[in-house]
Amino acid sequence: MQFEPVIGLEIHAQLLTDAKIFCGCSTKFGAPPNTHTCPVCLGMPGVLPVLNRKVVEFMIRMALATNCRLNRECNFARKNYFYPDLPKGYQISQYAAPPAEHGWVDVEINGGKKRIGITRIHMEEDAGKLMHDEHNPASYVDLNRTGVPLIEIVSDPDIRSAEEAAAYLRRLHETLVYLGICDGNMEEGSFRCDANVSLRPKGTEAFGTRAELKNMNSFRNVQRALEYEIKRQQYVLEGGGEVVQETRLWDDTAGVTHAMRGKEEAHDYRYFPDPDLVPVVIDDAWIAEIRSSLPELPLEKRERFVRDYQIPVYDAGVLTASRALADYYEEVVRLSGEPKIAANWVMGDVLRFLNEEKRDIRECPISPASLAGMIRLIQQGTISGKMAKEVSEAMYRSGKTPQAIIEEKGLVQITDEDALAKTIAEVIDKNPTQVSQYRGGREKVFGFFVGQVMKATQGKANPQLINDLLKKMLAG
Amino acid sequence: MELHELTIHELLDRLRAGETTSAEITASVFGRIDAVEKEVHAYITLMRETALAEAARADERIRKGEIGALTGIPIALKDICCTKGVRTTCGSRILQNFIPPYNATVVEKLRAAGAVFPGKTNMDEFAMGSSTETSFFGVTRNPWDLDRIPGGSSGGSAAAVAADECIAALGSDTGGSIRQPAALCGVVGMKPTYGRVSRFGLVAFASSLDQIGPFTKDVEDCAIVMNVIAGYDPRESTSVPEEVPDYRRFLGKGIEGWRVGIPKEYFIAGIDPEVEAAVRRTIQVAEGAGAKCIEVSLPHTEYCLAVYYIVAPAEACSNLARYDGVKYGFRSEEGRDLMEMYKKTRAAGFGAEVKRRIMIGTYALSSGYYDAYYKKASQVRALIKRDFDEAFAKCDVILTPTTPTPAFRVGERTDDPMQMYLSDIFTISTNLAGIPGISVPCGFTAAGLPVGVQFLAGHFQEGRLIQFASAYEKHAQIEKRRPTL
Ligand SMILES: [Zn+2]
Repeated sequence: MQFEPVIGLEIHAQLLTDAKIFCGCSTKFGAPPNTHTCPVCLGMPGVLPVLNRKVVEFMIRMALATNCRLNRECNFARKNYFYPDLPKGYQISQYAAPPAEHGWVDVEINGGKKRIGITRIHMEEDAGKLMHDEHNPASYVDLNRTGVPLIEIVSDPDIRSAEEAAAYLRRLHETLVYLGICDGNMEEGSFRCDANVSLRPKGTEAFGTRAELKNMNSFRNVQRALEYEIKRQQYVLEGGGEVVQETRLWDDTAGVTHAMRGKEEAHDYRYFPDPDLVPVVIDDAWIAEIRSSLPELPLEKRERFVRDYQIPVYDAGVLTASRALADYYEEVVRLSGEPKIAANWVMGDVLRFLNEEKRDIRECPISPASLAGMIRLIQQGTISGKMAKEVSEAMYRSGKTPQAIIEEKGLVQITDEDALAKTIAEVIDKNPTQVSQYRGGREKVFGFFVGQVMKATQGKANPQLINDLLKKMLAG
Repeated sequence: MELHELTIHELLDRLRAGETTSAEITASVFGRIDAVEKEVHAYITLMRETALAEAARADERIRKGEIGALTGIPIALKDICCTKGVRTTCGSRILQNFIPPYNATVVEKLRAAGAVFPGKTNMDEFAMGSSTETSFFGVTRNPWDLDRIPGGSSGGSAAAVAADECIAALGSDTGGSIRQPAALCGVVGMKPTYGRVSRFGLVAFASSLDQIGPFTKDVEDCAIVMNVIAGYDPRESTSVPEEVPDYRRFLGKGIEGWRVGIPKEYFIAGIDPEVEAAVRRTIQVAEGAGAKCIEVSLPHTEYCLAVYYIVAPAEACSNLARYDGVKYGFRSEEGRDLMEMYKKTRAAGFGAEVKRRIMIGTYALSSGYYDAYYKKASQVRALIKRDFDEAFAKCDVILTPTTPTPAFRVGERTDDPMQMYLSDIFTISTNLAGIPGISVPCGFTAAGLPVGVQFLAGHFQEGRLIQFASAYEKHAQIEKRRPTL
């Protein structure tokens, strides 16, 4: 029997607000344990939550970017369960009335487009972190992360393969990062993904029993875990067995998923509306204001680059990988007026230098103005393409302008016709044999003369000018 | 008269006139505490040293002419209000040694107004009870009859005011926890509108019902304390940015032409005849003062108790989940793993009534039961609210008994939770509707136990309640008695 996987993804994205969702504590990652805490996020008796409106704004941005319908009013609910990283004994989340529903994104699969539905987006608070002592039977709790705002984005069960899942995940990731609402760091946990996977006989409608996959902290792991899980379920079903509804953890080292044991299962979260918070009202004016401030999204940007700059789809993809890179490229284009050459230099030397040092475009020592200046110097013939390689490297190492580097290194191309004619005349005088060969019809000897002139000028002569002058002078 | 027997306004007059000092008042209050606290047991924690220091500072300010609304007046705090640096137990073993690093907003406000804090008063554990018998720290006795309970859950505050162990006190009211003990101890107690007084720093029992309010010796003092504690608090999302009037403005005005609603559903079988007689007399007093009494109906009254005992425990089971032994408070050392630590901590840390309500609440919210219980209760609650809206279209205030009986004996109802729950039958609907209510003394039984009458008004109509209560107080001329201790 042919089986078809049915996959839905749940994504948790930490929002880049300065303060936590219900108190004024900082959300910064990496502080010493329990230093970004206050009575509110520590869940002390009698304290009360007050919603940070920035969180709602960030959620609305994502909802609009993923074509969701925003509900006028939504509520916060308490999700009740006991765990030491959850100081109140409940997580403030949203349940019955989510703020955003019925959205979608398009992803590119094998050159085509596929639309994946988004069931809902809601806001909630993050929990803290447990740290287990390796040498003693003791655990410690760090509550810095408690109350950091999250949005949960739940997809429809529209995904049919691990590749589609990865493409969807990348699309949401780049959108969140583009919107400036999430740093997208999967290793630090600011972008997390859980997956629901089931199989059904191809051509049937009913869903099979699903397993929930957790603990996949990279794009690659999500794809690997899904591939493994699809095979595992297929094996179970083909052997006449049944898939058990359970949570399974991805084991990166072993490359397998295994069932999570014990009490984490079968929670009754006893959701009910949080009486400490009032309903959140999202009116049209607020939505309009946020919509007007939305940045161009990656897909739109990619299409515009191909259309307006006439660059290949692949190049547009590379250059829009981040908003900062796209901005950098567009600035170089604006200052140089050369979109194609700019694309080649940004994708070539600039990204290569940065990648070698694992640096971000925002840290690039070559300013867009310097790169554009260098491109103009090439176009004007002041330096050759070969010289430009040397100039770009020097710009990256020193951060200096191309003009300064050219002067320092004496890299200026000889474009003075009289001076060059003098050098050519000398070369012709020194090589009478080759001159008569050329004049006798052996045009291949021309290359020899170009080489000699280059040598005499230490490569600084403008190649086009050499060609023109040589031809004229050899003709006698 | 001893200083501790006086009211806030009498003491403020004397302080302004330079006839006494806060140090003298505070010393007088502690003298009284030393004399009667052994019998009454109104307090969990006494704050003698800090109170005397506060009194000295208050006198300093009075000398400079900087007299605030409550400068130098000893006001006791129910041990449910968080006090920075002073343990706040909520009457529970699980918070036996909990010292908050913050003040409740009401504490900040009282402090800013110059109040002196003699101590933290006893209460039913987590405010769950109507007799102060569920406190981990022992029973508080009714100053009028030491064999009887003072009411609850704010029994310590009510008893402290009645026994002159403070000049006024704060309590909290989730289903009658201010008004019921005020009635049983013969003092004035007000539950303000939900959202009127900040809940920040009030240890939560049932978040949608809890409200802080004053216990005072007369209506004028009630207005004085309300002036200080009412107002919007940005630290509470359910706080309402409604303007606070000067409540003293409503004192001493008449109630001529007022329409007083008497809900027929509140004069039921089971109400003590002496209580009923006392309350019926208040109707005559109101009419004597020029008010017109009319019958109104609150048709969903019979469901109030049922709704309350779903909503309140549901919210409570969630609010009390934080007491898990992990971060603060009591932790059982017997647990060998996490689950056992939770279980043993909560088993030993909570008393029977708290456990009962956690279980009721957990059940009511469980999947499969939510719609039948919590959701249904929330719907009926909306109907109860509507009953009041409709009634207040016909009348200015509603008059009811505060409690069905006078104070009962210690131990009399501890084995019968339903009997205990019935003592809040007239006060619960107020919390469900979110409206303000006040209990004012209206006489004594033949055995010398105080009886209270309750007045209710629409949302944010505390001024109207004060005006009505003040007029009633003036016309009723209830005999001034003091408990003999
Ligand atoms: Zn905090």
